[in-house]
Amino acid sequence: MNFDDTPQEAEFRSTARKWIDANAPKKYEAELSKSSLGRIRLEKEEIVDVGKAWQKKKADGGWACLHWPKEYGGRGATPIEKVIWQQEEGVYGKLTQPFQIGEGMCGPTVMAFGSEAHKRHYLPKLASGEHIWCQLFSEPAGGSDVAGLRTRAEKNGDNWIVNGQKIWTSGAHYSDYGLLITRTDPNVPKHKGLTMFFLDMKSKGVEVRPIKQANGMQEFNEVYFTDVVIPDHQRLGAVGDGWNVSLTTLMNERMSIGSRLATGFPEMFEFCSSLMTEDGLAIDDPATRSRLASWAVKASGLKYTSYRAISSLSKGERPGPENSIGKLVSGTMLQDIASYAMDLQGAAGELAGADEEMARGQFQQMLLSAPSMRIAGGTDEILRNIIAERVLGLPGDIRVDKDVPFNKIPTKGRV
Amino acid sequence: MNFDFSDEQKQMRDAARKFLAEKCPPKAVRAVLDGKASYDKELWKGLAEMGFLGVAIPEAFGGAGAGHLELCVIAEEIGRALAPVPFSSTVYLAAEALLLAGSEAQKRKWLPKIASGEAIGTLALFEGKGNPSPKAIKLQASGGTLNGVKKPVPDGAVADFAIVAARTGSSGRDSDISLFLVDLKAGGVEVKSLTNIDPTRGQAELTFKNAKAEPLGTAGEGWGLLTQVLDRAAVLLAFEQVGGSDRALEMGRDYALDRIAFGRPIGSFQAVKHMLADMYVSATLARSNCYYGAWALSTNAAELPEAAASARISATQAFQHCSKNNIQVHGGMGFTWEFDCHMYYRRANATALSLGSLSYWEDQLIDRMRQKNAA
Repeated sequence: MNFDDTPQEAEFRSTARKWIDANAPKKYEAELSKSSLGRIRLEKEEIVDVGKAWQKKKADGGWACLHWPKEYGGRGATPIEKVIWQQEEGVYGKLTQPFQIGEGMCGPTVMAFGSEAHKRHYLPKLASGEHIWCQLFSEPAGGSDVAGLRTRAEKNGDNWIVNGQKIWTSGAHYSDYGLLITRTDPNVPKHKGLTMFFLDMKSKGVEVRPIKQANGMQEFNEVYFTDVVIPDHQRLGAVGDGWNVSLTTLMNERMSIGSRLATGFPEMFEFCSSLMTEDGLAIDDPATRSRLASWAVKASGLKYTSYRAISSLSKGERPGPENSIGKLVSGTMLQDIASYAMDLQGAAGELAGADEEMARGQFQQMLLSAPSMRIAGGTDEILRNIIAERVLGLPGDIRVDKDVPFNKIPTKGRV
Repeated sequence: MNFDFSDEQKQMRDAARKFLAEKCPPKAVRAVLDGKASYDKELWKGLAEMGFLGVAIPEAFGGAGAGHLELCVIAEEIGRALAPVPFSSTVYLAAEALLLAGSEAQKRKWLPKIASGEAIGTLALFEGKGNPSPKAIKLQASGGTLNGVKKPVPDGAVADFAIVAARTGSSGRDSDISLFLVDLKAGGVEVKSLTNIDPTRGQAELTFKNAKAEPLGTAGEGWGLLTQVLDRAAVLLAFEQVGGSDRALEMGRDYALDRIAFGRPIGSFQAVKHMLADMYVSATLARSNCYYGAWALSTNAAELPEAAASARISATQAFQHCSKNNIQVHGGMGFTWEFDCHMYYRRANATALSLGSLSYWEDQLIDRMRQKNAA
């Protein structure tokens, strides 16, 4: 049991570190180090522009999408090398946010189901950041039940005509391409009538509208499709096989080992260590200490759980299911920490201004944003189902709509 | 990075699991639970023969000289099987104290006997209510004899010797405390078994009346030594707790798969699935914290105090959580004497207190994190 690199890993780390040291956009380092939660913002420039420049530089140096094959713009690196790269990239990794969906989900799906010509054309541009991709899965009627989606694609000669609406699409407003799942046959059970495509987001009939969220920010979009034409050669997988194709995409989403999720604990520990109450420092209060300790062991437990996964990668093994707990634990933690940090501030805890001296509104912002952490990328309830079914081997839910043709499934509750 | 046990250590874990499955089935635990024996003597002998009692004791003192990582994997199996033997008191407390502070002669006398299963040892620290604290130690040492009462003392009724924390000064400082080694069979000690929530791990009251004692370690350094012993024991006991957590989770999972209600296995209801998923989360977090504790223990790292407190808290929470929800998954049957659920519930809640309570360790963790941040 040790934390040391193997000789090959150490060599890779040293090469990566040298390259980053010589090439990273250091003028943003301080700014990037500060923002710990949610979307990253830069004072004077758009994160997408700065990110694109960094991504391009990495691609030119052979450091973009490094676990991808070289012919598609990657480096052919091993999974552990990718983790080492992420560790070394450090705060500059935050600049890759606009490309993560493309690299983590859309790219692997194209790689698995696209034609060779498509792969050679699209993947290197995705890897170099020239093209940004988004993922068009969720719909107003299909969130956790994503197979309940209603966006229609109808065949018309060599093309498909798409009509419908997607929602919660991150980055749609700056994306060049999208991975789109549609319903092509409503007369068969819901999982069987789906087909996957990719499309140019500048296609005629695509309209992107930002969503104003509960926390007041605008990070997601609705995307409307009105008679959008997609050529049949942009289909990924067979007609009616879209559900299986989407499983590839989602499986890749959950493989994000080494990317640490924010828990709010470091901020909370610092806050409690400096907050002077009428009875002394907050951290000297027994009730506060008890809560802090429970959060501390959750945060360290998550950290060492990811170390265990990294160790499996290092040995060339597939990591076990332990890593599925990350988002489930950290989402609730963020919410609880924010709430207690505000409790410690008393009546002033409701003040959210960045000029408030106590914590500059950071916990208030955390509280307002935390609900999305428990919903996006799989709700807490879906994640518990996944653990129960895939890790513990408990039976799947009884699905009353499983064998019913999609167009016969009830669409209204309370009738 | 290799944040995992080696293949050899995993093989040792498998060997321990196999051995305990055979020699320590629930029936054996129940024999002690029902008061038919004070501990499982056959099992104790078997553990000695397997080399498990002395796995972390150097070969020069009759042990296997393997190390603390090996002891961690065995501790996990001891906890999973609820082994009704004085393992934690003898191996985590007495042997660790001897290894840390014992003289050559003391080590020569006692460590080989621990490894061979001939001697049971314990640590006599507590004096009634409260958590580990120098102020709570009133038992007096003077002129090589001890006077006072210790309770609860783990496995005190079956122990052959005890490491005793005693007061040797009255300055109000930590240096008032010194450690002593007492041969409990040499007279001067009255032993009384106490009723406790987990009869498979006995507790006793020891009354010292002019009991002969020899110093263990340097006089006045007892408190510092105790803190180290408790940290080391915290990691090892945390592995027992993780083993117990995993077993309680498996029992709940298995029952949820077998038990039919409302025409379906109860494990198909989300209320039950989610309860079990949350147990898995607790057990996983605890295991990962324990691995860090194991690393710190085995390398004598400066991080040990913080790592030990984290492992202890996380594993205590996990075992309490898993054992109580295992009963809940079982419903009414879980509340019968006949089903094994309560044995895990008892062990979880007893071990949660045995080295100091959860709130004590929470306090310790925060203090230690602050010290680290200040440094």
